[in-house]
Formats: sequence, C-alpha cells, structure tokens
Amino acid sequence: MVIHQISLIINGTEEGLQVPSNMTLLHALRDKLGFTGTKNGCEAGECGACTVLVDGEPMNSCLVLAVELNGREITTVEGLAENGKLTPLQQAFADLNAVQCGYCTPGMLMSATALLRRNPQPSEVDIQEALLGNLCRCTGYQRIIDAVLKASRNGGAK
Amino acid sequence: MTYKVIGKRVKRVEDPRLLTGQALFVGDVTLPDMLHAAFLRSDYAHAKLISIDVNLALEVSGVVAVYTAADMGDAWEPGPPLVSPPPTLENVVFNSRRQVPLVKDKVKHAGEIIAVVVAESRYIAEDAVEEILVEFEPLPVVVDLEKCLEPGSVLVHDDLDTNLAAHLVQNKGDYESARKGADLIINRRFQLDRGAAVAMENRGIVADWNEKNQHLTVWDATQSPIPIRNGLAARLGLTQRQVRVIAPFVGGGFGPKIMMFYAEEMVLPWITMKLGVPIKWIEDRRENFYATTQEREQIHEVEMALSKEGHILGIKQTIIHDTGAFNPYGLTTPLNTQSHSMGAYDVQNYSSEVIVVFTNKTIVTPVRGAGRPQGIYIVERLLDIAARELELDLMEIRRLNFIPPDAFPYEHKIIDQAFVPLILDSGNYEPAFDKALEMLGYEDFIKKEQPRLRAEGKHVGIGIVPFIETTGVGPYEGARVSVEPSGKISAATGVGTQGQSHMTSFAQIIAEHLGVQVTDVNLVTGDTAEFQWGTGTFASRGAVVAGNAVNAAASDVRQKVLKLASKILETPEKELELEDGMVRVVDIPDQSISLGELALLANPLRGAVEPGTEPGLESTKYFGPAFGATAFGVHGMILEVDPETMMIKIRKYITVEDCGTMINPLVVEGQIHGGVSMGIGNAYYEKLHYDENGQLLNANLADYLIPGSTEMPHIDVHHANTPAPNNELGTKGVGEAGAIPVPALFAQALENALHDYELEILETPLSPNRLYELLHKQEDPS
Repeated sequence: MVIHQISLIINGTEEGLQVPSNMTLLHALRDKLGFTGTKNGCEAGECGACTVLVDGEPMNSCLVLAVELNGREITTVEGLAENGKLTPLQQAFADLNAVQCGYCTPGMLMSATALLRRNPQPSEVDIQEALLGNLCRCTGYQRIIDAVLKASRNGGAK
Repeated sequence: MTYKVIGKRVKRVEDPRLLTGQALFVGDVTLPDMLHAAFLRSDYAHAKLISIDVNLALEVSGVVAVYTAADMGDAWEPGPPLVSPPPTLENVVFNSRRQVPLVKDKVKHAGEIIAVVVAESRYIAEDAVEEILVEFEPLPVVVDLEKCLEPGSVLVHDDLDTNLAAHLVQNKGDYESARKGADLIINRRFQLDRGAAVAMENRGIVADWNEKNQHLTVWDATQSPIPIRNGLAARLGLTQRQVRVIAPFVGGGFGPKIMMFYAEEMVLPWITMKLGVPIKWIEDRRENFYATTQEREQIHEVEMALSKEGHILGIKQTIIHDTGAFNPYGLTTPLNTQSHSMGAYDVQNYSSEVIVVFTNKTIVTPVRGAGRPQGIYIVERLLDIAARELELDLMEIRRLNFIPPDAFPYEHKIIDQAFVPLILDSGNYEPAFDKALEMLGYEDFIKKEQPRLRAEGKHVGIGIVPFIETTGVGPYEGARVSVEPSGKISAATGVGTQGQSHMTSFAQIIAEHLGVQVTDVNLVTGDTAEFQWGTGTFASRGAVVAGNAVNAAASDVRQKVLKLASKILETPEKELELEDGMVRVVDIPDQSISLGELALLANPLRGAVEPGTEPGLESTKYFGPAFGATAFGVHGMILEVDPETMMIKIRKYITVEDCGTMINPLVVEGQIHGGVSMGIGNAYYEKLHYDENGQLLNANLADYLIPGSTEMPHIDVHHANTPAPNNELGTKGVGEAGAIPVPALFAQALENALHDYELEILETPLSPNRLYELLHKQEDPS
C-alpha cells in the first residue's frame, strides 16, 4: 500500500500526516490525529455520525479518502466551541435536552452548522431535510430540530 | 413530598463533553502497542465446518496472529447461562444452549465467528480475513417457527432431538369455565416479526492484559459491566479484583448491549492474555445486523371470551417465540409478553402457553420493550375486534375493563420475568385515559373533523391505546455517595449509562439531600473499579432500583453530615439546614460550616477516632424491590394515509405517561420521544427480512429503515403521577414505555383511516408495501 504525505487544515490548524491510499478521512481523523469526536456508525454513508465539514460543506467522512483531501479545510465537532464557549447551536442542544447517548450528536451538529451558515433562518422543514442524512435512535429528532430553530434565533452557527 | 431539585427540569451535566467531542466511547480508547481484531463470520446460516486454512492470512504483512476454535483449547467454552428458567414454576422445559466464542464444528446462524485475525491495523486485519480458506458443508436451514417443530425437522442443535428450546404454561383462574359463560369468543392468529435495536454506536471492546500487574482491563460498550467482569474472572481463572470492566459513554443500548457474553467478549480478553498486548475490536454495521441480538418474532394463537356488554371473561393464548440459534437470556422476553397480554385490564381467567423454538437465525434477547409490545398488541387488537363485533365504542370497551384504582396492588397470580408474582403495585388508569382523549380532541375529531375530511376524500384515522409496563425489577442495585474535602460530592453506581442521563438524574437526588449544586456531583456509572455490586441497565430499572439506592446512600450521608455538624455547631440536628454546600443553623446563617470542612473533620490525621464510628462522610447503600413498579401510559394519534402509495402522515401524536415521581421531566420526555420513535419504526418501517436460507436480506441502514428526521411527528407529552408505593422516591421506569403501545396504536388508527376497506390487521411490523398487499388481497388473490 502506498503511503502518502498529506496535510489537512483541521479546525484552522494545519496538520501533516501520512496515510495509506485506502484510509478514509474518518479513520485518519480518529486514528491518526486523535479527533475522536467524529463518530463511526456505519462506514457506508447511511447514518451521518461521521459528518464533518470539508471547505464548509457537510460530508460523510467515512466515504471520502483522506488522500483526496490534501490541503483542504476540515471542521470537526472539536472545532465548534471556542475557548470552551459553546456555539449557540451547541448551547441550544444543551438547553433543550437534544442529546441523549450523544453518539449522533457530533454529526448532527456539523450538518446543522452547515445549514445555519447557508440558511440562517431555516424553517422546520428545511431543518428536517438538512438532517435527513443523520440518524438518531434516542431522541426522536424533535428536540434536535427545536434546538436548531432556537440557535437560528440566537446567533446561528457562528 | 416537596422537593427542591428532584422533579426539576435540570440541564444535563454530561452534555458539555458530548457536545464538544470530548466524551470517551469505547471506540475512542487508544493504548500503546494496541492491535486490532477482525472476525471471519459464516455466510451460511447452517453448515458443517469441515476445515479452516489460515496460512495465507498469516502471510499478510502486519498480521500478528489468527485464531480458530482449535487454538482456544480448554479456554473454549460456551457463554455462561445468564437467566435460568423460573424456579417456582412447575413442568418447565428449558433446553439451555449457549453461544460459543468461535465455531468448532457446526455453524448455527449466519454471522457466527469462524476465526479471528489480529493485526497492526483494522484495515490489515480485514484484508487478511479474506485470505482464510474455509470448507463448509451447507445444511438445510430451519427458519420457520412452526415448521421447526414438525417431526423430522432439521435440528439446530444435534444433541437435542427437537428444536424446542423451552415450554411453559401459566394459568390464572379457569379459562375454560369462563369461556362457557361467554357471549362472544374471538379467535385470531397474530404474526409478529423481527426488528433490530440499531444503537447508533455498534458494539466494541478493548481488552488490555497487564502481565506485570496481573490485571485485565476491558472497555466494553455494554449495559452491564459488573456481570461481564464477574464472568470474565470466572472464565479466565482470575479473581474479580484482577478484572476491571469499564463501560464509558455508550452510544445507545436498547437491550442488545445487555450482559450477553457475546462471542467477541469471550475472545478478545483471551487474546490479550495470550499476546500480552491490548486488542481492540469495534463492530461494523453489517456485523451489528448479523451478530448483535434482535427481537420480537412471535406467533400467537389467541382466544378472548367476552360478555355481550364487553367485559373480558378470559384470555387464552399459545405463544411461539423464536429465540434464534441460542437462548442465553432464558425466558425473559416471552414471560414479558405473557405478563402484558392482559394489558391494563381486570382479567380473571388467563391461560397462556409459551413455546420457545430454536431457528438458524441471530440470537434473540430483549430489545426496548422486551416482549411487552407484543403482549399489548395482542390484547389491544382483540379489544378492537371485540368492540366491532359487539358494536361497542372502542374507548368504552377499554374503560369497562380497566383495573379500578381501588384494586391495587393487583395480583395477577402468575409470575413475571423477574420470577416474582406479577403484582401491579399501583395505578389510576381512567383519568389518564380521559386526559389522552381530551388532548387528542377525540370527540371533536370523531364527530366533526373526521366526517369533514372524509367528505373531502381524505383517509384520516384516530387511535388511542393504553398500556402498562412492568418496570424496576430486582434483584438490586447499589450506590456510594461521599463528601470530599473540596466540598464536591463523588458518587458511583454499578449500572451502565447509554444515554439515560444518569449522571444528571442521580446527581439531582444527591443534590436534594446534601444541598449542593447538581454540577458539584461527580457520578461514575459502569466502572467496576468504582462500584462492583449490581447487575446493569435494563428492564426500565435504572431510576427505580439504582435511583433508590442513590437516594438511600445520599440520605445516609445527610444524617452523618447533620450528626457531625450538630456537634461542631453545638446545635440540635433539627435546627440545621443544608444549603449551598453549607450546613447552617436555621435563621442564623452566620453559624455555619461547609461540607468540605466537615469532610476534613470526619477524616482526621491525628487524634483518636471514637470507637464504633467510621471515617468520612460516606455511605454505600443498596435497594432491592420485592416486586416491580408498574407504569401506565396512553398513546394517541391521528394519521392520514394515502391509499395510492400507503405513505402516512401523522397529524397529531400525544402521550400520557404515568411513571410515578419524575426525577427530571426533561429526561422522562426525552425517553418517551425516543421510545415512540423506535415504536414507529417497529410499527411501520422496520422489519428484518430473513429468507428461507437464513440470510438477512436487509443488513444495512439503507435497506433497514429506521425513522429519520422527516418521519417523526411532534409528540405532546402529559405527565400523570401515581407514585410507586414500594420505593422511597415513588419512581417507576419509563425507558421502554414509549415503544410499547405503538404497533397496536398504528393498527387501530390505520383500520380507522381505511374504514372503507375491510381491513383487519393481525401482524406487525407493517410497511407501505405490506399495507398495500393487505388492502388489495381481496381484489387480487394472486
């Protein structure tokens, strides 16, 4: 297997790493760089737990090879809060009890962050559609949707 | 009792870590020199294992070892029996057959493990799995619950002359006599099919044997770390103190992460002890569909006898329950079905036979609801059918049969899944039922809105289903609560946490007693080094059993605090209050001492300790209920069906939930929302499709559809409160409740929506496709 030297700009910081050709971004983030906030739920692009932002767009990190993203900007859940201060979206999740086991939460936050950045005042239907690729087994989605609505009123994604 | 913290909508203390990616899940554990395991699993559901050749796999660069059953030697043994048959019942047949770590001679379901590869990375391990050569002799497969009992059937277990895993009968009253006096006898056959739990986090294990310390640490995404620790110690010849099992943050449990002793839980600890380095395995989604336990598949032949007024005179049923290839979890699920098939009703005569069968399918253990949804489905469907036959109102027939409030505690004279008498401790059903009708606008909908919408050609239907849930069963749980010199409180309990907010709810109980902030309590769950007595998180028992243990320990610590403070402040205990981390003299706030100072004084470095006293402000207490606390609820919905596509739109969804005292309503509502979501999946989307070869045809999340953000309605939750009389807090469980009545509710509402068709639903799960087939059966018999 060919090993590639690549660099990724993760949460604003450039990280150099070596990855084999077949390594997905998900595993590069988790196993090579220690960004374990991004979760692995299916490795098939079906559950959305591994959603990160690539140049601002939500992407299933299990479906893209790390080597393809050389030089690109990646945002993970670790990159949302600044100096320990939760974003309005994270705060709304906490305020409205939108988290239970928390395993889908990083992916939900990333998809919702991307939504709020492109559409700061989404309707409930806009939110449902934006989160359709993110499965949650604990919450029934209602409070997650409510949290995104609340965040849209409180400063959006930041 | 008036509480200050218990019962409040307190924000979760675990969220900051979960929202920032800092919470530790098993998959996040990385250790120096850690190796990775991948499993070769059988594609066949039933096959003789002729030979295995691992040589090519061993040649793959980066592979450290490959093991088969033969390599395990004496360490190869089936998993332990977890739940034995009820000792108090007579004439119980129970053929215990437990899952094995690696297949030795015969595969009994697709997904069983043939070999394990250990390598430097998961990528390498998975590639090497492909290099293992296995010769199988495929055998005929048994999947059908009834055919498997026919003479001459293929046998799942060759050392048994039958596929009968268990048989038991429980009777209450005299059904046959009751039947003779009946005006109406309803006979139906119900077919209930399998679903998967689909926790978003798959299973996972990291096992680390430290040769120098002679100590094994296992991170395990389990609901029950203590039984796993105890079982591992026994299997591996270690003392329990030499094994630590940690269930850190766990990404959803829903039953299958219960104390199963999965094959992987037996294999990884054995490998780390053999190799002396840490080993990690994280289940992938396909493995989760084949190798993680499932539930719900049953056939019911049921009879209900009624008077012409609609009184239930008796119920008789035979349940055939599919346990899959093995039955480590005993009779828990069918016993729950048996207990819940009388629902919330006063049924004096009940005759119930349970037949459990082995098939070449994935093992069955409880999944959220655990047999209860099936029981509620049966009794609620029968009442719907009876009401139609007797031309009674669907709601009136329920009111007529509810157990009245003065009949509690109500003893059913059979035993439940906990092997204790099925006693419903308390309840007040009719007001909660009326509330549900009011929330749904039942009268108005039936009389005005539905006729109007029907006139517009819309197929709108309404459903209301009450249910009970036996919760909070024994044997016991424990908790330790300790005031630290910093003034913070440390606490631990043995149950694991998979999203139930234990760290917040239990902290609320402690904060109530000790007058501290919830955020001042650091509570650990699911780490055997922190607390080593207990069973685990299952059966909607955390808030009841562990919650009351926490309550007892916190109450005891409060007494210790008061006793010491009384001495220091020279004030009688009854004149002291605990507020803001301080003990104060009531009305004289300046006379006070902090909990931290008291903790220091309770653990002196010099001087003599009074004889008979213990150091510290700490207490460990246990709670074990004699029998469970029975919750009650009512779900209602209005839905619209498109009779062309059979797609549905849920216009309104309401629940009334009586789980006794709530520790945190935010958490309770969240549990209900999630339960309903799973219930909607169970009712209308989720079915595991096994073919005649025992192959699961939809083993992925693209083909096995769980509800997504666009399927879920808003859920309006109302709380009723009938406190449990047999525990101090008055709590009843609620974790599974949301899922229980939903399939029955769907059936009722769909029949109502499609009133112009002759539709009688006798199966679950449905789907748009299946509903189409049912509706067009009469028109097109092909």
